[in-house]
Order: sequence, then C-alpha cells, then structure tokens
Amino acid sequence: MSLNTDMPVRVADVTEVTDLVKRFRFERIDGHPMPFFSGGAHVVVSMNDNGLLRRNPYSLMSNPDDNSGYEISVLRVPNSRGGSVFMHEQVRPGDQLTVSQPVNLFAPDHRGRKHILIAGGIGITPFIAMMEQFSRDNVAFELHYAIRSRSHGAYWQQLLDRYGPRRIKVYVDEEKTTIPVAEITDNQPLGTHLYVCGPAGMIDGVLMTALKAGWPKENLHSERFLAPPAGLPFQVFLKKSNIHMTVGEHQSILEAAEAHGCDAPYMCRGGACGQCETEVSSCDGTLEHNDIYLSDEEKTSGRKVMICVSRFKGQQLVLQL
Amino acid sequence: MTITFRSETFRDDFTFRNSLYNIRRFPFPFDRDEYMYSVNMEPHVRGKKDSVFENLIDVDEHYVAEMQDRALVLKEDPLRCQALPHMMAAQWDTLELLMEHQAQDYPEHFTVTKNGDRWRWINRPMGIDDTFTFGDPATLPYQPMEYITRQAQGDFCIVDQRDNNLWMDAGMVTTQADWSLDFDIGMNFMEWHGPVPLAHQIGVFDRALKFLLNLQQGKPTRRLNWTMTVNPRLDTSPENYHKWGPDRLTVTPENVGEKMHLRVELQSLWRLPRSNAILFVIRCYLISLEELVTVPKWGRRLPRVLQSLPPEIIDYKGLTRNRPIMIDWLAKYDDGAPTSAGIFPD
Repeated sequence: MSLNTDMPVRVADVTEVTDLVKRFRFERIDGHPMPFFSGGAHVVVSMNDNGLLRRNPYSLMSNPDDNSGYEISVLRVPNSRGGSVFMHEQVRPGDQLTVSQPVNLFAPDHRGRKHILIAGGIGITPFIAMMEQFSRDNVAFELHYAIRSRSHGAYWQQLLDRYGPRRIKVYVDEEKTTIPVAEITDNQPLGTHLYVCGPAGMIDGVLMTALKAGWPKENLHSERFLAPPAGLPFQVFLKKSNIHMTVGEHQSILEAAEAHGCDAPYMCRGGACGQCETEVSSCDGTLEHNDIYLSDEEKTSGRKVMICVSRFKGQQLVLQL
Repeated sequence: MTITFRSETFRDDFTFRNSLYNIRRFPFPFDRDEYMYSVNMEPHVRGKKDSVFENLIDVDEHYVAEMQDRALVLKEDPLRCQALPHMMAAQWDTLELLMEHQAQDYPEHFTVTKNGDRWRWINRPMGIDDTFTFGDPATLPYQPMEYITRQAQGDFCIVDQRDNNLWMDAGMVTTQADWSLDFDIGMNFMEWHGPVPLAHQIGVFDRALKFLLNLQQGKPTRRLNWTMTVNPRLDTSPENYHKWGPDRLTVTPENVGEKMHLRVELQSLWRLPRSNAILFVIRCYLISLEELVTVPKWGRRLPRVLQSLPPEIIDYKGLTRNRPIMIDWLAKYDDGAPTSAGIFPD
C-alpha cells in the first residue's frame, strides 16, 4: 500500500536572489502548518509542466523551527532537463505545486563538537537551515563558501551579517581566492564533523584531502544530488505492471514509469537514498549505473538498478516493477 | 470514548485482568496457523474501530495501572530511562508526538494547548496539569522523554541515524521481554539484535535496517512481535530475572490457563521531524490463555502455532518447559475446524 503524504502548496512568494537564483516560498493550501524538519533535509517538488509531470528534489533552506512555510532556492540551469527553467520561467506567486514530506539524507551528526561546512555555489542551501539549527543549539560551526563572483553568489552577504566573519568565510573565483581545504582539515579539535555540498569535483577534492589528513570517514559527510543524465532512448518492460515503455532522451526510467501510471517508490530522485532500488529480471545489453547507492559489486552483478538515475544501452531491459 | 481505567497490579498479587471489550481488541499476532520470522512490517495507519489499531498511539483500560507500575520500576532502578546527550532534540520530538496523539485521540483524558513555545499539558487520569516552555528542559520536572513516557503506555527507544546505521541512544524501557536498555544503550541495530536466532541467516535484519533507514516522515510503520510470560508481569527484565525466571517452574496443567500469558508487542516506528531520529514504540499487551480462548478462532489457532514452532524459537522465547503443558491445555479448544485468514476474531 502506498500512502500519499504529499502536500499541495501555494507559491506564497518568489524572490530574485541573483540573476540565476530564485527563492520560492511555499505555504499549505489547507492552511495547516508544514511539518518541522531537520537541517539538511530536502523535499521533492512536483510540477505540472503542460501535462508533463516534473519532480525535482530541492534542499529546504528556511528555518527548521518555522512551520508556517518552506523555502527553497533554485539555480537556473539553462541546458538542463527543464525543471529549473520551469521553476524560473513559469512559477509565479499564487501558483499551486505539490511538495513531499521532508527527507534528510544529509543530517548533521548531533554528537559533533564542532561542524565545518563547505559549500560551493547553490550547494549553500542545506547549510542555511543547518546553521539556524547550530546557532539555536549553541553549537560551534564555521562555513567556507565558494562563489564565482560577488554578484553571482547567493546569500553570502546576509550570512556574513547574521553570523559574522569569524564563522562565515567567503571565497570568490573572480578574486582568485579559494577554500584552503588542506589548512581547514589540518588540526581540528577531536569530534569535529565536516560537511560538503557543491559540484562533484569539489566534493571529491574535499573528501580526498580530509581522508589524506587522517579524518575518519564517519566524520565526513557529503550531499550530491545527481540529476538524471541524458542519453539515447531505450526500451523497458515492467513485468509486474505489464507495461512496455520507451525511456526518452531526457527522461529517467522512474519518470517514464510514472508517465505510464506505474506508482514506483522513490525518495531522493538523485541516486543516493536507495528507495527506488529495482530488481532486474533480464538485461539484453548494458546497464549504466549512475547512482552512488549500489556497491561496485552490486553494480557488476547487474541484478539491481536504481531507476531514478541509471540508464541502459541494448535491446531490452526487463524490470520487476 | 471515555475509558474506565482499571485498578490492578502487574506484580505480587497480579490482579491484572482484561475486560471482555479489551479481550476482543487484543492484537492477536498470528494471521495463520504457523509462525516464522519475517520482515512483517506494514504502514502504521488507523485500522478497525475497537481494535488496538484504531488510534496510532493506543491508550486502554490498563493505562493508569501501567503508569503506576512504571513509576515503581524507575524508583528501584533509574537506569531504565537513559538518554545520551546528543538526543535532546529527539526527546522534544518524542514529547510533541505523544502529547499531540494522546490529546487528539483522547480529548476527554488529555489536552495540550500551545501559545508559541509556552505549552500547557493536562493529563486527567493521572491528575497532571503542567505549563512549560517547549525546548527548555529546565521547565519540566524530568527531561522531556522521561516526562512524557511516564505518561504513555509502552516502552520507547529513540534511535539516532548516522553512518548508515541506527543507534540505540535513548529510551524508557520498563515493560520489556527480557532485554536491557542499560546493556544495549549506544549499540547499533545489528549489535542489539545479535541474540535473535535464525533471522540473521535469512537476511531479515539487513532488509529491515535498509527499510528503516529510509523511513519517511508522516509514514510510520508497524509490526507485531510476541512471546509468552508467566503471570501478567510487565517488567520481565534481565535485571530482575531472579524475580520472574523461577515463575516458569510454577506452571502446572491445572493453573496454565490462568498463569500463562501471551505477550504481544505492537511495535511502531516513527521518523522524528526535528532530529531525524526514529522513535521506536514497543507497546506490550498481555492476555491469559483463559481470556484468549474466549475467542474461538484464537483458541483453535494458538495450539497449532505452538506445535509448528522451530526448536530455536522455542528456546529463544523461553518456552521449552511449558510448551507441552500449554498445547495439552489448549487442545480442547481446537476442534480441527479451519480458521479464517488474518488476526481478527470472526
């Protein structure tokens, strides 16, 4: 049985933060309070783009203690699959959308004595909610935030004003300042946790540097949402639902299944949480595993696939769905 | 509905009994005539009226007596309630969840009023009327989890989620089937399930952990678990084994119907919003064999289930000595007729 706990919301406010970033505020249509959430959580926003269902995950950036509404920030990605462009161009105050319950795959470790946050670009959003929580609970934290230019970077001024230059460090590509990861990861007090969110290359670099500096992996946290990559269309047969379908160039298997009325489980839609793990019945071709959930061993075995991001090349793929 | 709370004991003279109404709402755990471990989880949604599934946090006629028994256990052994320091947000989550559910579903017994962070909580059956500041533990007589779980039936564990595992980092455990919070605190999911036989080998815990790590807000889940207890004793803890262990030797063919109790745990799991921890509610229900056989379907099914148990489970649940006595006594209630599917009375 699948229980629908999604919430219909009204767009209460749209704010232009920079020329590429917009902030959206959602309030519930039924007037009820939003569920509380924990810093680092995201929601999946469902959009009806002219009959096409789009579902994108966005980190919640409002105060976790404020249940009057949720706020997200969306970076406009011009050559993307269309979700961010839709949000930027079509969504206006008063419009209706649907948001999921909050899900946290990037929660702070509550045992941490100190928290170091490293953000690149739009990767700042989960940290904004986390910092609210740290500051409320009087927990030590510092943010290292890399932006392209002062005009393109979102929220850096507000964060500086709010938390002060001792806790907020801003680095600007244009001004040739970069995050001194090696210095930061050197000699931190016992019980420090480090969190990184941003472009894949940045995440890999920070984690690598920290591991080399001797950090235990339990103290390192990262969030990477993978947008489903594009690729050639392919055929899939959903065995349990008895559906033959084509997965389009800019579509994921999950999205194609949903378009065919198949109610498949999902949570992060970014290859991280494991909820959409699907058994492969037969595979006449090659699976392209794009997730970070399955182990290398599981990927090689070809018996499971994460349908939110992975693709297929070949004749036909049959799934237990 | 206004509940009439019974005055009864779970120790010494054992005056605990179920009313006729309460017998029929007992969560009989066997949906067929045999039993084996499985990942038997289902969404924790409202179920049949006059069943324990009617409300998601169930309050019944034993509420006041159970809370009195809990207070006695805590007086003798304060370590039954513990919370590691990083669990404070989860403690408040727990307080909020239990107050809201009890007040919403039993308004004649409980009321919660909120004025910003200033909350007033009224518990009429226990004569409590407290005003406190949500988020400030100094405004309550106990820490938030202890405060509210002294006023809610069932044991409560709060598990923290990190490193792809779940950690037993807080709890109130006084009505347990032979396990100890003081021993398990700080352990992870695989560690605290270590002693369970058979289930590890068939991968039950790997699947259950994976499932729970993805437990979503607003979608609590539940399962039933069971064992048998001699006398209606809630506190069957390892700490007090010397008090209840020898009871097993007192069971005879003459007294088995009255002494032997089926002990069922309705376990529900909730993702907590502020802390991202999981609240694990283990609500214990007791019913004597005499009470149980008043429902003909259960009287037929229980001896069949007891017959079918694998030796490892018989041993793990401590049934070795008394199982034949129970089966003999129950045999007269099994006329061999087929039983209907599912757990509810016909």
